[in-house]
Amino acid sequence: MITTTGLTKVYRSRGREVTALDGVGIHVEPGEVYGVIGRSGAGKSTLIRCINLLERPTSGTVTVDGQDLTALAGRGSRAARPLRLARGGIGMIFQHFNLLSSRTVQGNVELPLEILGLGRRERARKALDLLDLVGLADHARAYPSRLSGGQKQRVGIARALAGDPKVLLSDEATSALDPETTRSVLRLLRDLNRQLGLTVLLITHEMDVVKSVCDSAALMEKGRIVESGVVSDLLATPGSRLARELFPVGGGASGADRTVVDITFHGESADRPVISRLSRTHDVDVSILGAAMDTAGGRQVGRMRIELPGRPEENDAAIGFLREQGLTVELPGQGTPGPVAVERELTEEGA
Amino acid sequence: MTWDEMQPLLEQGTIDTLYMVGWSTFYAILGGLPIGVLLVLTDRGGPLANVIVNKVLGVVVNIGRSLPFIIMMVALIPFTRFVVGTAVGPTAAVVPLAIGAIPFFARLVETAVREVDHGLVEAAWAMGGGTWTVVLKVLLPQALPSLIAGLTTTVIAVIGYSAMAGAVGGGGLGTLALTYGYQRFEDTFMIVTVAVLIVIVTAVQLLGDLAVRLIRRRERAAG
Repeated sequence: MITTTGLTKVYRSRGREVTALDGVGIHVEPGEVYGVIGRSGAGKSTLIRCINLLERPTSGTVTVDGQDLTALAGRGSRAARPLRLARGGIGMIFQHFNLLSSRTVQGNVELPLEILGLGRRERARKALDLLDLVGLADHARAYPSRLSGGQKQRVGIARALAGDPKVLLSDEATSALDPETTRSVLRLLRDLNRQLGLTVLLITHEMDVVKSVCDSAALMEKGRIVESGVVSDLLATPGSRLARELFPVGGGASGADRTVVDITFHGESADRPVISRLSRTHDVDVSILGAAMDTAGGRQVGRMRIELPGRPEENDAAIGFLREQGLTVELPGQGTPGPVAVERELTEEGA
Repeated sequence: MTWDEMQPLLEQGTIDTLYMVGWSTFYAILGGLPIGVLLVLTDRGGPLANVIVNKVLGVVVNIGRSLPFIIMMVALIPFTRFVVGTAVGPTAAVVPLAIGAIPFFARLVETAVREVDHGLVEAAWAMGGGTWTVVLKVLLPQALPSLIAGLTTTVIAVIGYSAMAGAVGGGGLGTLALTYGYQRFEDTFMIVTVAVLIVIVTAVQLLGDLAVRLIRRRERAAG
Protein backbone atom coordinates (compact mmCIF):
# COMPACT_ATOMS: atom_id res chain seq x y z
CA MET A 1 0.00 0.00 0.00
CA ILE A 2 2.91 2.30 0.80
CA THR A 3 6.31 1.72 -0.72
CA THR A 4 9.32 3.97 -0.58
CA THR A 5 12.51 3.29 -2.45
CA GLY A 6 15.83 4.95 -1.81
CA LEU A 7 14.15 7.84 -0.04
CA THR A 8 16.74 10.48 0.74
CA LYS A 9 16.26 13.93 2.20
CA VAL A 10 19.11 16.36 2.59
CA TYR A 11 18.57 19.72 4.26
CA ARG A 12 20.88 22.52 3.30
CA SER A 13 21.21 25.53 5.52
CA ARG A 14 24.02 28.06 5.47
CA GLY A 15 26.30 25.81 3.48
CA ARG A 16 25.88 22.87 5.85
CA GLU A 17 24.21 19.68 4.76
CA VAL A 18 22.19 17.51 7.05
CA THR A 19 21.03 14.13 5.81
CA ALA A 20 17.72 13.40 7.50
CA LEU A 21 16.85 10.38 5.38
CA ASP A 22 19.48 8.17 3.87
CA GLY A 23 18.08 5.72 1.33
CA VAL A 24 14.99 4.61 3.23
CA GLY A 25 12.98 1.76 1.75
CA ILE A 26 9.87 0.62 3.56
CA HIS A 27 7.01 -1.50 2.38
CA VAL A 28 3.64 -1.35 4.10
CA GLU A 29 1.16 -4.07 3.18
CA PRO A 30 -2.50 -3.17 2.67
CA GLY A 31 -4.47 -3.37 5.90
CA GLU A 32 -1.54 -3.58 8.28
CA VAL A 33 -0.38 -1.31 11.05
CA TYR A 34 3.27 -0.47 10.44
CA GLY A 35 5.31 1.25 13.10
CA VAL A 36 8.54 3.12 12.61
CA ILE A 37 10.36 3.53 15.88
CA GLY A 38 13.44 5.53 16.64
CA ARG A 39 14.82 8.31 18.75
CA SER A 40 14.14 11.96 18.11
CA GLY A 41 16.37 13.09 15.30
CA ALA A 42 16.44 9.64 13.72
CA GLY A 43 14.47 10.96 10.75
CA LYS A 44 11.06 9.39 11.49
CA SER A 45 9.22 12.67 11.23
CA THR A 46 10.88 13.54 7.95
CA LEU A 47 10.01 10.08 6.66
CA ILE A 48 6.30 10.35 7.41
CA ARG A 49 6.15 13.88 6.02
CA CYS A 50 7.75 12.65 2.84
CA ILE A 51 5.00 10.05 2.40
CA ASN A 52 2.35 12.70 1.66
CA LEU A 53 5.01 15.04 0.31
CA LEU A 54 4.66 17.73 2.95
CA GLU A 55 8.40 17.45 2.46
CA ARG A 56 9.73 16.74 -0.98
CA PRO A 57 12.43 14.08 -0.81
CA THR A 58 15.78 14.96 -2.36
CA SER A 59 15.70 11.65 -4.21
CA GLY A 60 13.83 8.37 -4.17
CA THR A 61 10.18 7.55 -4.76
CA VAL A 62 7.03 7.25 -2.71
CA THR A 63 4.21 5.08 -3.98
CA VAL A 64 0.87 5.07 -2.19
CA ASP A 65 -1.91 2.79 -3.41
CA GLY A 66 -0.12 2.27 -6.71
CA GLN A 67 0.36 5.96 -7.40
CA ASP A 68 3.85 7.43 -7.59
CA LEU A 69 3.41 10.62 -5.56
CA THR A 70 6.94 11.85 -6.15
CA ALA A 71 6.06 12.15 -9.84
CA LEU A 72 3.34 14.69 -9.01
CA ALA A 73 4.45 18.29 -9.00
CA GLY A 74 4.59 20.70 -6.11
CA ARG A 75 5.54 20.98 -2.49
CA GLY A 76 3.65 22.17 0.55
CA SER A 77 0.78 24.40 -0.37
CA ARG A 78 2.11 24.88 -3.86
CA ALA A 79 1.14 21.31 -4.58
CA ALA A 80 -0.46 20.96 -7.94
CA ARG A 81 -3.99 19.62 -8.15
CA PRO A 82 -3.15 15.93 -8.69
CA LEU A 83 -1.00 15.88 -5.56
CA ARG A 84 -3.69 17.69 -3.57
CA LEU A 85 -6.21 15.08 -4.69
CA ALA A 86 -3.84 12.28 -3.73
CA ARG A 87 -3.36 13.84 -0.31
CA GLY A 88 -7.11 13.84 0.15
CA GLY A 89 -6.88 10.05 0.08
CA ILE A 90 -4.24 9.96 2.81
CA GLY A 91 -5.35 10.85 6.32
CA MET A 92 -2.89 12.29 8.79
CA ILE A 93 -2.94 12.81 12.54
CA PHE A 94 -0.45 14.83 14.52
CA GLN A 95 1.24 14.89 17.91
CA HIS A 96 -0.31 18.24 18.80
CA PHE A 97 -3.61 17.47 17.09
CA ASN A 98 -3.56 20.62 14.93
CA LEU A 99 -7.25 21.38 15.36
CA LEU A 100 -8.55 24.83 14.46
CA SER A 101 -9.56 26.66 17.63
CA SER A 102 -11.78 28.90 15.50
CA ARG A 103 -14.07 26.02 14.54
CA THR A 104 -16.26 23.67 16.49
CA VAL A 105 -15.43 19.98 16.65
CA GLN A 106 -17.88 19.38 13.83
CA GLY A 107 -16.43 22.30 11.88
CA ASN A 108 -12.97 20.79 12.16
CA VAL A 109 -14.15 17.46 10.79
CA GLU A 110 -15.96 19.29 7.99
CA LEU A 111 -12.84 21.13 6.82
CA PRO A 112 -11.47 18.33 4.62
CA LEU A 113 -14.99 17.81 3.28
CA GLU A 114 -15.14 21.50 2.32
CA ILE A 115 -11.85 21.04 0.50
CA LEU A 116 -13.39 18.07 -1.30
CA GLY A 117 -16.28 20.33 -2.29
CA LEU A 118 -19.13 18.52 -0.56
CA GLY A 119 -22.43 20.31 0.03
CA ARG A 120 -23.39 21.70 3.41
CA ARG A 121 -25.87 19.02 4.37
CA GLU A 122 -23.70 16.15 3.22
CA ARG A 123 -20.76 17.56 5.17
CA ALA A 124 -22.76 17.78 8.37
CA ARG A 125 -24.09 14.24 7.95
CA LYS A 126 -20.67 12.78 7.27
CA ALA A 127 -18.98 14.73 10.07
CA LEU A 128 -21.54 13.52 12.58
CA ASP A 129 -21.13 9.93 11.39
CA LEU A 130 -17.37 10.20 11.84
CA LEU A 131 -17.70 11.75 15.28
CA ASP A 132 -20.01 8.91 16.21
CA LEU A 133 -17.36 6.47 15.01
CA VAL A 134 -14.75 7.95 17.34
CA GLY A 135 -17.23 8.27 20.20
CA LEU A 136 -17.60 12.05 20.28
CA ALA A 137 -21.00 12.60 18.69
CA ASP A 138 -22.23 14.55 21.72
CA HIS A 139 -19.33 17.02 21.49
CA ALA A 140 -20.00 18.09 17.89
CA ARG A 141 -20.83 21.68 18.80
CA ALA A 142 -18.08 22.17 21.36
CA TYR A 143 -14.88 24.03 20.58
CA PRO A 144 -11.62 22.03 20.75
CA SER A 145 -10.36 24.05 23.74
CA ARG A 146 -12.99 22.31 25.87
CA LEU A 147 -11.74 18.83 25.04
CA SER A 148 -9.13 16.67 26.74
CA GLY A 149 -6.03 15.58 24.85
CA GLY A 150 -7.48 12.17 24.09
CA GLN A 151 -10.72 13.70 22.81
CA LYS A 152 -8.78 16.14 20.65
CA GLN A 153 -6.88 13.30 19.06
CA ARG A 154 -10.16 11.49 18.41
CA VAL A 155 -11.37 14.59 16.59
CA GLY A 156 -8.07 14.55 14.71
CA ILE A 157 -8.74 10.95 13.72
CA ALA A 158 -12.32 11.70 12.65
CA ARG A 159 -11.00 14.57 10.54
CA ALA A 160 -8.30 12.38 9.02
CA LEU A 161 -10.94 9.83 8.01
CA ALA A 162 -13.22 12.37 6.35
CA GLY A 163 -11.85 11.80 2.87
CA ASP A 164 -12.37 8.02 3.16
CA PRO A 165 -8.63 7.42 3.03
CA LYS A 166 -7.09 4.01 2.53
CA VAL A 167 -4.02 5.13 4.40
CA LEU A 168 -3.63 6.89 7.72
CA LEU A 169 -0.35 8.50 8.71
CA SER A 170 0.20 9.01 12.41
CA ASP A 171 2.95 11.43 13.42
CA GLU A 172 3.65 10.67 17.10
CA ALA A 173 -0.10 10.83 17.66
CA THR A 174 0.03 9.55 21.22
CA SER A 175 3.22 11.22 22.38
CA ALA A 176 1.42 14.11 24.05
CA LEU A 177 -1.03 11.81 25.84
CA ASP A 178 -0.91 10.02 29.18
CA PRO A 179 -0.51 6.22 29.18
CA GLU A 180 -4.17 5.42 29.67
CA THR A 181 -5.34 7.83 26.97
CA THR A 182 -2.61 6.48 24.73
CA ARG A 183 -4.03 3.00 25.13
CA SER A 184 -7.56 4.09 24.28
CA VAL A 185 -6.42 6.03 21.21
CA LEU A 186 -4.33 3.07 20.06
CA ARG A 187 -7.30 0.78 20.58
CA LEU A 188 -9.36 3.09 18.39
CA LEU A 189 -6.68 3.02 15.67
CA ARG A 190 -6.58 -0.76 15.88
CA ASP A 191 -10.39 -0.98 15.62
CA LEU A 192 -10.45 1.35 12.62
CA ASN A 193 -7.68 -0.66 11.02
CA ARG A 194 -9.78 -3.81 11.38
CA GLN A 195 -13.23 -2.38 10.64
CA LEU A 196 -12.29 -0.22 7.68
CA GLY A 197 -9.28 -2.15 6.43
CA LEU A 198 -7.34 1.05 6.95
CA THR A 199 -3.59 0.84 6.41
CA VAL A 200 -1.79 2.70 9.18
CA LEU A 201 1.77 3.99 9.11
CA LEU A 202 2.76 5.38 12.45
CA ILE A 203 5.94 6.79 13.83
CA THR A 204 6.69 6.78 17.50
CA HIS A 205 9.46 6.69 20.03
CA GLU A 206 7.42 4.52 22.39
CA MET A 207 8.05 0.78 22.24
CA ASP A 208 4.67 0.17 23.89
CA VAL A 209 2.93 1.63 20.86
CA VAL A 210 4.65 -0.83 18.57
CA LYS A 211 3.98 -3.67 20.97
CA SER A 212 0.28 -2.98 21.31
CA VAL A 213 -0.84 -2.17 17.77
CA CYS A 214 1.78 -2.86 15.13
CA ASP A 215 1.77 -5.82 12.79
CA SER A 216 5.12 -4.79 11.37
CA ALA A 217 7.82 -2.52 12.63
CA ALA A 218 10.98 -0.82 11.51
CA LEU A 219 13.77 0.53 13.64
CA MET A 220 15.21 3.79 12.42
CA GLU A 221 18.58 5.26 13.26
CA LYS A 222 20.42 8.21 11.76
CA GLY A 223 18.12 8.37 8.76
CA ARG A 224 18.34 4.67 7.98
CA ILE A 225 16.11 1.70 8.59
CA VAL A 226 18.36 -0.68 10.49
CA GLU A 227 15.85 -3.46 10.95
CA SER A 228 12.32 -4.13 9.78
CA GLY A 229 9.82 -6.92 9.48
CA VAL A 230 6.67 -8.51 10.81
CA VAL A 231 6.74 -8.18 14.59
CA SER A 232 6.09 -11.85 15.33
CA ASP A 233 8.83 -12.87 12.88
CA LEU A 234 11.28 -10.44 14.39
CA LEU A 235 10.71 -11.99 17.80
CA ALA A 236 11.78 -15.33 16.38
CA THR A 237 14.89 -13.84 14.83
CA PRO A 238 18.03 -14.34 16.88
CA GLY A 239 19.91 -11.11 17.41
CA SER A 240 16.95 -8.91 16.52
CA ARG A 241 17.37 -5.53 18.16
CA LEU A 242 13.70 -4.72 17.83
CA ALA A 243 12.79 -7.93 19.62
CA ARG A 244 15.19 -7.09 22.42
CA GLU A 245 13.86 -3.60 22.71
CA LEU A 246 10.25 -4.73 22.61
CA PHE A 247 10.84 -7.21 25.40
CA PRO A 248 13.76 -6.09 27.46
CA VAL A 249 14.69 -8.55 30.18
CA GLY A 250 17.11 -7.30 32.77
CA GLY A 251 19.66 -8.87 35.04
CA GLY A 252 23.34 -9.68 34.70
CA ALA A 253 25.20 -12.86 35.62
CA SER A 254 25.48 -13.33 39.38
CA GLY A 255 29.13 -14.40 39.11
CA ALA A 256 31.82 -15.86 36.90
CA ASP A 257 31.33 -19.39 35.64
CA ARG A 258 27.71 -18.74 34.95
CA THR A 259 25.80 -18.86 31.70
CA VAL A 260 23.16 -16.27 30.94
CA VAL A 261 20.62 -17.35 28.35
CA ASP A 262 17.84 -15.29 26.76
CA ILE A 263 14.87 -17.30 25.60
CA THR A 264 12.03 -16.07 23.45
CA PHE A 265 8.77 -18.02 23.54
CA HIS A 266 6.30 -17.60 20.75
CA GLY A 267 3.49 -19.58 19.22
CA GLU A 268 2.96 -23.00 20.76
CA SER A 269 6.17 -23.04 22.74
CA ALA A 270 4.72 -20.33 24.96
CA ASP A 271 2.31 -22.90 26.42
CA ARG A 272 4.85 -25.59 27.32
CA PRO A 273 6.54 -25.93 30.74
CA VAL A 274 9.99 -25.69 29.21
CA ILE A 275 11.96 -24.50 32.21
CA SER A 276 10.82 -27.19 34.59
CA ARG A 277 11.51 -29.83 31.95
CA LEU A 278 14.99 -28.43 31.42
CA SER A 279 15.61 -28.58 35.13
CA ARG A 280 14.39 -32.18 35.38
CA THR A 281 15.96 -33.71 32.30
CA HIS A 282 19.34 -32.01 32.62
CA ASP A 283 19.45 -31.79 36.37
CA VAL A 284 20.44 -28.13 36.45
CA ASP A 285 19.37 -25.33 38.77
CA VAL A 286 17.79 -22.63 36.71
CA SER A 287 17.54 -19.11 38.14
CA ILE A 288 15.31 -16.61 36.41
CA LEU A 289 16.93 -13.17 36.09
CA GLY A 290 14.10 -11.43 34.30
CA ALA A 291 11.03 -12.20 32.26
CA ALA A 292 8.27 -10.50 30.29
CA MET A 293 5.08 -11.86 28.80
CA ASP A 294 2.94 -9.84 26.44
CA THR A 295 1.00 -9.86 23.25
CA ALA A 296 2.61 -8.41 20.19
CA GLY A 297 1.01 -8.34 16.78
CA GLY A 298 -1.91 -10.17 18.37
CA ARG A 299 0.20 -13.13 19.50
CA GLN A 300 1.33 -14.24 22.91
CA VAL A 301 5.04 -13.71 23.27
CA GLY A 302 7.38 -14.12 26.18
CA ARG A 303 11.01 -13.43 26.83
CA MET A 304 13.00 -14.73 29.71
CA ARG A 305 16.55 -14.40 30.88
CA ILE A 306 17.80 -17.35 32.87
CA GLU A 307 21.06 -18.27 34.44
CA LEU A 308 22.63 -21.71 34.49
CA PRO A 309 25.56 -22.81 36.62
CA GLY A 310 28.83 -23.32 34.75
CA ARG A 311 30.42 -21.69 31.71
CA PRO A 312 28.61 -21.66 28.35
CA GLU A 313 30.60 -24.53 26.90
CA GLU A 314 29.56 -26.72 29.85
CA ASN A 315 25.90 -26.01 29.12
CA ASP A 316 25.81 -27.08 25.49
CA ALA A 317 23.41 -29.89 26.22
CA ALA A 318 20.97 -27.67 28.12
CA ILE A 319 21.06 -24.98 25.42
CA GLY A 320 20.59 -27.61 22.76
CA PHE A 321 17.53 -28.87 24.63
CA LEU A 322 16.02 -25.37 24.68
CA ARG A 323 16.59 -24.98 20.94
CA GLU A 324 14.90 -28.32 20.32
CA GLN A 325 11.79 -27.01 22.05
CA GLY A 326 11.38 -24.49 19.25
CA LEU A 327 12.55 -21.52 21.29
CA THR A 328 14.75 -18.70 20.13
CA VAL A 329 17.85 -18.92 22.29
CA GLU A 330 20.51 -16.26 22.56
CA LEU A 331 23.54 -15.87 24.73
CA PRO A 332 23.79 -12.17 25.59
CA GLY A 333 27.11 -10.57 26.34
CA GLN A 334 28.59 -12.30 23.33
CA GLY A 335 29.12 -9.49 20.91
CA THR A 336 25.66 -7.90 21.09
CA PRO A 337 24.82 -5.06 23.46
CA GLY A 338 22.74 -6.08 26.45
CA PRO A 339 19.04 -5.26 26.42
CA VAL A 340 19.32 -3.18 29.56
CA ALA A 341 21.52 -0.64 27.85
CA VAL A 342 19.30 -0.54 24.80
CA GLU A 343 16.20 0.03 26.85
CA ARG A 344 17.75 2.95 28.63
CA GLU A 345 18.70 4.51 25.32
CA LEU A 346 15.13 4.39 24.16
CA THR A 347 13.49 5.69 27.28
CA GLU A 348 15.93 8.53 27.68
CA GLU A 349 14.68 10.54 24.77
CA GLY A 350 11.31 11.36 26.36
CA ALA A 351 9.66 13.89 24.09
CA MET B 1 -19.95 80.93 21.39
CA THR B 2 -23.23 79.59 22.63
CA TRP B 3 -24.19 75.94 22.60
CA ASP B 4 -26.76 76.65 19.89
CA GLU B 5 -23.96 77.96 17.68
CA MET B 6 -21.69 75.08 18.45
CA GLN B 7 -24.15 72.25 18.01
CA PRO B 8 -24.61 72.28 14.20
CA LEU B 9 -20.85 72.73 13.71
CA LEU B 10 -20.09 69.80 15.97
CA GLU B 11 -22.69 67.63 14.26
CA GLN B 12 -21.29 68.28 10.82
CA GLY B 13 -17.72 67.89 12.10
CA THR B 14 -18.50 64.54 13.69
CA ILE B 15 -20.24 63.31 10.55
CA ASP B 16 -17.27 64.40 8.42
CA THR B 17 -14.79 62.72 10.77
CA LEU B 18 -16.76 59.46 10.78
CA TYR B 19 -17.06 59.67 7.01
CA MET B 20 -13.29 60.07 6.59
CA VAL B 21 -12.46 57.40 9.15
CA GLY B 22 -15.05 55.00 7.77
CA TRP B 23 -13.86 55.14 4.19
CA SER B 24 -10.16 55.10 5.07
CA THR B 25 -10.72 52.07 7.27
CA PHE B 26 -12.55 50.38 4.42
CA TYR B 27 -9.56 50.96 2.13
CA ALA B 28 -7.14 50.00 4.90
CA ILE B 29 -8.81 46.59 5.08
CA LEU B 30 -9.09 46.28 1.32
CA GLY B 31 -5.39 47.01 0.83
CA GLY B 32 -3.81 46.07 4.16
CA LEU B 33 -5.32 42.62 4.53
CA PRO B 34 -3.97 41.16 1.27
CA ILE B 35 -0.62 42.92 1.67
CA GLY B 36 -0.22 41.65 5.24
CA VAL B 37 -1.13 38.09 4.20
CA LEU B 38 1.22 38.28 1.20
CA LEU B 39 4.06 39.43 3.45
CA VAL B 40 3.69 36.17 5.36
CA LEU B 41 3.08 33.90 2.37
CA THR B 42 6.00 35.21 0.34
CA ASP B 43 8.43 35.16 3.25
CA ARG B 44 11.31 32.69 3.20
CA GLY B 45 9.97 29.21 3.94
CA GLY B 46 6.42 30.37 3.27
CA PRO B 47 4.12 28.62 0.81
CA LEU B 48 4.61 31.31 -1.86
CA ALA B 49 8.22 32.09 -0.90
CA ASN B 50 9.40 34.86 -3.20
CA VAL B 51 12.26 37.01 -2.00
CA ILE B 52 11.74 39.82 -4.53
CA VAL B 53 8.00 40.27 -3.94
CA ASN B 54 8.55 40.03 -0.21
CA LYS B 55 11.34 42.61 -0.14
CA VAL B 56 9.50 45.05 -2.42
CA LEU B 57 6.33 44.82 -0.35
CA GLY B 58 8.34 45.19 2.84
CA VAL B 59 10.10 48.31 1.62
CA VAL B 60 6.87 49.91 0.37
CA VAL B 61 5.15 49.21 3.67
CA ASN B 62 8.10 50.59 5.63
CA ILE B 63 8.16 53.80 3.62
CA GLY B 64 4.44 54.24 4.19
CA ARG B 65 4.88 53.59 7.89
CA SER B 66 7.88 55.82 8.46
CA LEU B 67 6.66 58.95 6.69
CA PRO B 68 5.12 61.42 9.16
CA PHE B 69 1.46 61.67 8.24
CA ILE B 70 1.38 65.44 7.93
CA ILE B 71 4.22 65.31 5.40
CA MET B 72 2.66 62.47 3.47
CA MET B 73 -0.59 64.37 3.30
CA VAL B 74 1.05 67.44 1.81
CA ALA B 75 3.21 65.37 -0.53
CA LEU B 76 0.12 63.56 -1.78
CA ILE B 77 -1.84 66.74 -2.63
CA PRO B 78 -1.20 66.48 -6.40
CA PHE B 79 -2.20 62.82 -6.35
CA THR B 80 -5.31 63.59 -4.29
CA ARG B 81 -6.28 66.34 -6.71
CA PHE B 82 -5.84 63.88 -9.58
CA VAL B 83 -8.04 61.24 -7.93
CA VAL B 84 -10.79 63.34 -6.31
CA GLY B 85 -10.53 66.55 -8.31
CA THR B 86 -9.86 68.66 -5.22
CA ALA B 87 -7.44 68.60 -2.31
CA VAL B 88 -9.88 70.15 0.18
CA GLY B 89 -12.73 68.56 2.09
CA PRO B 90 -13.43 65.20 3.73
CA THR B 91 -13.51 63.18 0.48
CA ALA B 92 -10.07 64.52 -0.48
CA ALA B 93 -8.76 63.67 2.99
CA VAL B 94 -9.76 60.03 2.51
CA VAL B 95 -6.98 59.59 -0.08
CA PRO B 96 -3.96 60.31 2.17
CA LEU B 97 -5.71 58.73 5.14
CA ALA B 98 -6.25 55.48 3.25
CA ILE B 99 -2.70 55.50 1.90
CA GLY B 100 -1.38 56.05 5.40
CA ALA B 101 -3.63 53.41 6.96
CA ILE B 102 -2.96 50.61 4.47
CA PRO B 103 0.69 49.94 5.45
CA PHE B 104 -0.16 50.52 9.10
CA PHE B 105 -2.83 47.82 9.04
CA ALA B 106 -0.75 45.58 6.74
CA ARG B 107 1.99 45.26 9.39
CA LEU B 108 -0.56 44.40 12.06
CA VAL B 109 -2.15 41.81 9.75
CA GLU B 110 1.28 40.33 9.11
CA THR B 111 1.99 39.98 12.83
CA ALA B 112 -1.43 38.46 13.49
CA VAL B 113 -1.20 35.94 10.64
CA ARG B 114 2.38 34.99 11.50
CA GLU B 115 1.24 33.92 14.95
CA VAL B 116 -0.98 31.16 13.56
CA ASP B 117 0.53 27.78 14.40
CA HIS B 118 2.29 26.36 11.35
CA GLY B 119 1.01 22.91 12.28
CA LEU B 120 -2.49 24.04 11.31
CA VAL B 121 -1.25 25.06 7.89
CA GLU B 122 0.40 21.67 7.45
CA ALA B 123 -2.79 19.95 8.55
CA ALA B 124 -4.68 21.82 5.82
CA TRP B 125 -2.06 20.80 3.24
CA ALA B 126 -2.23 17.21 4.39
CA MET B 127 -5.99 17.30 3.72
CA GLY B 128 -5.31 18.36 0.17
CA GLY B 129 -5.89 22.08 0.68
CA GLY B 130 -4.16 24.71 -1.43
CA THR B 131 -3.10 28.28 -0.70
CA TRP B 132 -6.64 29.65 -0.85
CA THR B 133 -7.84 27.05 1.63
CA VAL B 134 -4.95 27.87 3.91
CA VAL B 135 -5.61 31.61 3.79
CA LEU B 136 -9.41 31.61 3.92
CA LYS B 137 -10.07 28.65 6.18
CA VAL B 138 -7.04 28.56 8.42
CA LEU B 139 -4.96 31.74 8.60
CA LEU B 140 -7.67 34.41 8.63
CA PRO B 141 -10.20 32.64 10.90
CA GLN B 142 -7.47 31.63 13.33
CA ALA B 143 -6.03 35.15 13.39
CA LEU B 144 -9.44 36.83 13.63
CA PRO B 145 -9.19 38.06 17.24
CA SER B 146 -5.73 39.58 16.58
CA LEU B 147 -6.96 41.02 13.29
CA ILE B 148 -9.84 42.77 15.02
CA ALA B 149 -7.50 44.08 17.71
CA GLY B 150 -5.22 45.36 14.93
CA LEU B 151 -8.14 46.95 13.15
CA THR B 152 -9.15 48.74 16.34
CA THR B 153 -5.65 50.17 16.65
CA THR B 154 -5.77 51.20 13.00
CA VAL B 155 -9.14 52.96 13.31
CA ILE B 156 -7.89 54.90 16.32
CA ALA B 157 -4.73 55.90 14.48
CA VAL B 158 -6.86 57.01 11.52
CA ILE B 159 -9.02 59.14 13.84
CA GLY B 160 -5.84 60.84 14.98
CA TYR B 161 -4.66 61.32 11.39
CA SER B 162 -8.07 62.65 10.38
CA ALA B 163 -7.78 65.41 12.96
CA MET B 164 -4.41 66.25 11.45
CA ALA B 165 -6.08 66.41 8.05
CA GLY B 166 -7.85 69.45 9.42
CA ALA B 167 -4.57 71.34 9.08
CA VAL B 168 -4.79 71.22 5.30
CA GLY B 169 -8.52 71.73 5.08
CA GLY B 170 -9.64 68.14 5.43
CA GLY B 171 -12.78 69.01 7.33
CA GLY B 172 -14.15 67.20 10.32
CA LEU B 173 -13.49 67.79 14.00
CA GLY B 174 -9.83 68.61 13.36
CA THR B 175 -10.70 71.57 11.15
CA LEU B 176 -13.23 72.80 13.70
CA ALA B 177 -10.77 72.64 16.56
CA LEU B 178 -8.22 74.55 14.50
CA THR B 179 -10.40 77.21 12.95
CA TYR B 180 -12.69 77.92 15.91
CA GLY B 181 -10.84 76.66 18.93
CA TYR B 182 -7.32 77.72 18.04
CA GLN B 183 -7.55 80.62 15.61
CA ARG B 184 -10.59 82.28 17.27
CA PHE B 185 -9.56 81.49 20.81
CA GLU B 186 -12.82 79.67 21.56
CA ASP B 187 -11.47 77.59 24.44
CA THR B 188 -14.82 76.04 25.29
CA PHE B 189 -15.29 74.92 21.73
CA MET B 190 -11.81 73.44 21.68
CA ILE B 191 -12.53 71.49 24.85
CA VAL B 192 -15.86 70.22 23.52
CA THR B 193 -14.23 69.12 20.27
CA VAL B 194 -11.52 67.25 22.12
CA ALA B 195 -14.19 65.64 24.32
CA VAL B 196 -16.08 64.42 21.25
CA LEU B 197 -12.85 62.91 19.84
CA ILE B 198 -12.18 61.18 23.14
CA VAL B 199 -15.71 59.74 23.15
CA ILE B 200 -15.29 58.43 19.59
CA VAL B 201 -11.89 56.86 20.31
CA THR B 202 -13.14 55.27 23.53
CA ALA B 203 -16.20 53.89 21.78
CA VAL B 204 -14.06 52.34 19.02
CA GLN B 205 -11.69 50.80 21.55
CA LEU B 206 -14.54 49.39 23.63
CA LEU B 207 -16.26 47.95 20.57
CA GLY B 208 -13.03 46.37 19.34
CA ASP B 209 -12.24 44.87 22.74
CA LEU B 210 -15.77 43.57 23.04
CA ALA B 211 -15.61 41.86 19.64
CA VAL B 212 -12.26 40.23 20.49
CA ARG B 213 -13.60 39.08 23.84
CA LEU B 214 -16.75 37.62 22.31
CA ILE B 215 -14.77 35.58 19.78
CA ARG B 216 -12.28 34.36 22.36
CA ARG B 217 -15.06 33.43 24.76
CA ARG B 218 -16.96 31.56 22.06
CA GLU B 219 -13.82 29.54 21.27
CA ARG B 220 -13.57 28.58 24.90
CA ALA B 221 -17.24 27.78 25.27
CA ALA B 222 -18.81 24.39 25.65
CA GLY B 223 -21.18 23.41 22.86
